[in-house]
Amino acid sequence: MSELKSGSNLEKVLKAGHFAFTGECGPPQGANVEHLKEKAHHLKGCVDAVNITDNQTAVVRMSSWAASIILMQEGLEPNFQMVCRDRNRLAIQSDILGIYAHGIRNMLCLSGDHQRFGNHPQAKNVFDIDSMQLIHTVKTMRDEGKFMNGEDIDVPPKLFIGAASNPFADPFEFRVHRLAKKIAAGADFIQTQCIYNMDRFREFMKNAVDMGLHEKCYILAGVTPMKSVGMARYMAKQVPGMDVPDSLIERLRGAGKGNVAQEGIKFALEQIEEFKEMEGIAGVHLMAIEWEHMVPEIAEKAGVLPRPQV
Amino acid sequence: MIVADRKPLQEILEMIKDFNKILIIGCKGCVTVCNVGGSKEVGILASSLKIARKKEGRPLEIDEKTLERQCDPEYVDQIKDIVNDYDAIISMACGVGPQFLSERYPDSRFFPAVNTTFFGGALQHGIWEERCAGCGTCVIHYFEGMCPIARCAKSLLNGPCGGSAGGKCEISKDVDCIWDLIVKKKMEQGRLDDLLEFRPAKDWTTSRDGGPRKSVREELVQ
Repeated sequence: MSELKSGSNLEKVLKAGHFAFTGECGPPQGANVEHLKEKAHHLKGCVDAVNITDNQTAVVRMSSWAASIILMQEGLEPNFQMVCRDRNRLAIQSDILGIYAHGIRNMLCLSGDHQRFGNHPQAKNVFDIDSMQLIHTVKTMRDEGKFMNGEDIDVPPKLFIGAASNPFADPFEFRVHRLAKKIAAGADFIQTQCIYNMDRFREFMKNAVDMGLHEKCYILAGVTPMKSVGMARYMAKQVPGMDVPDSLIERLRGAGKGNVAQEGIKFALEQIEEFKEMEGIAGVHLMAIEWEHMVPEIAEKAGVLPRPQV
Repeated sequence: MIVADRKPLQEILEMIKDFNKILIIGCKGCVTVCNVGGSKEVGILASSLKIARKKEGRPLEIDEKTLERQCDPEYVDQIKDIVNDYDAIISMACGVGPQFLSERYPDSRFFPAVNTTFFGGALQHGIWEERCAGCGTCVIHYFEGMCPIARCAKSLLNGPCGGSAGGKCEISKDVDCIWDLIVKKKMEQGRLDDLLEFRPAKDWTTSRDGGPRKSVREELVQ
């Protein structure tokens, strides 16, 4: 991790040793630019980069590259997400060139939720390559200046390469190895799935640190504050690979009517405090889903403001 | 084998609504083995269609025949003397059958009575499951004999994805996560290291993505 790979703000923050704080923003289900700008406005100055989701949960939204450009125009740094579900290797590589040409410097590589979850379950999926191969592709394009077919790229895209890790999916024993594999494939930073089961995450991170993975890659812990007991129950039961302990649901319920959201934020803040001290954690990725207006308050209370200027 | 499911009776009735004299042709190949298009099922479909049309007051004349295979010109030829006796012909073979019949008898009308679904096998009597995607380059030896191309919902070569939970795939609790099974078997066998190796992007030219395929074996071609 000597010279800068992409020169993105996120890379510089992490490289300088600051505790990174990233946010997330889902593009609109339409061309409502004003709504997107309004959501982005809440995040400005509170985070180092903003993940722009790519047809998340397989629901059609404004394309992640287009929304990323709008965010840049608003003065925020995007972390462009790309899933393998909707593009073959031609589209993947051309979009990578396109986003780089427009000044985007961070990219998160994902497999993508199966289209069965979304609003076009009749769609034909692609999955020409998987997320591991996508990471490898971006790295090869950047470091070797080559396309997947081995041909030279005229001005290679220099991107800071991100990948996801879900410590809570099964089989648990393999998850840390999968993380290691993503790092070996070329991931510069990792953003984890939303963490609720802290015991399990501590165990996962201990294994990662024992393997020295935190020295090869920046690991950002995923935090999503619970807005309601219903949301907690839904995530526990309906979202595959999500681990929400009963004790958390009980804690939220115990907060009583009208106080659940504040209790959810309180839990998130406790998590962030622990992550600041946890060995191997380089920052937090805050996914305040359709709750962007709460990010300034959470960032303030978490003591991560002002964000470093690097 | 090739596995298929019978189309709903209503759909078949709709296909043949303008016809009064029908031949139903079964196949003694895969569709007989998966109990969807053999002589027994030909008989059941014939009876069902006759009863339904009789109710409508438009009785249907149906003959039944089951060929050795419908994917071989030699057997398809066997109906050449009777094919013109019918208004329409229903094939109960996989998707190959009605196409071979149409090519051999361009003046006749052919209709498929089954939906061809996958290459698979029987888990138990009455239950079949997909095993092969026919990608043209077999890789199952890397994965303890299990095919992630056919059996992972995302065809991941470097799985499992983050949606694997309790041994099940994120798309349904009724679908096993094949990557969960691969990882567990590798662990049992002490070969987990195999999965730490990066598997590069697949060359799909041998699969359907490379266009319709043909297999030519020179030594057999006369």
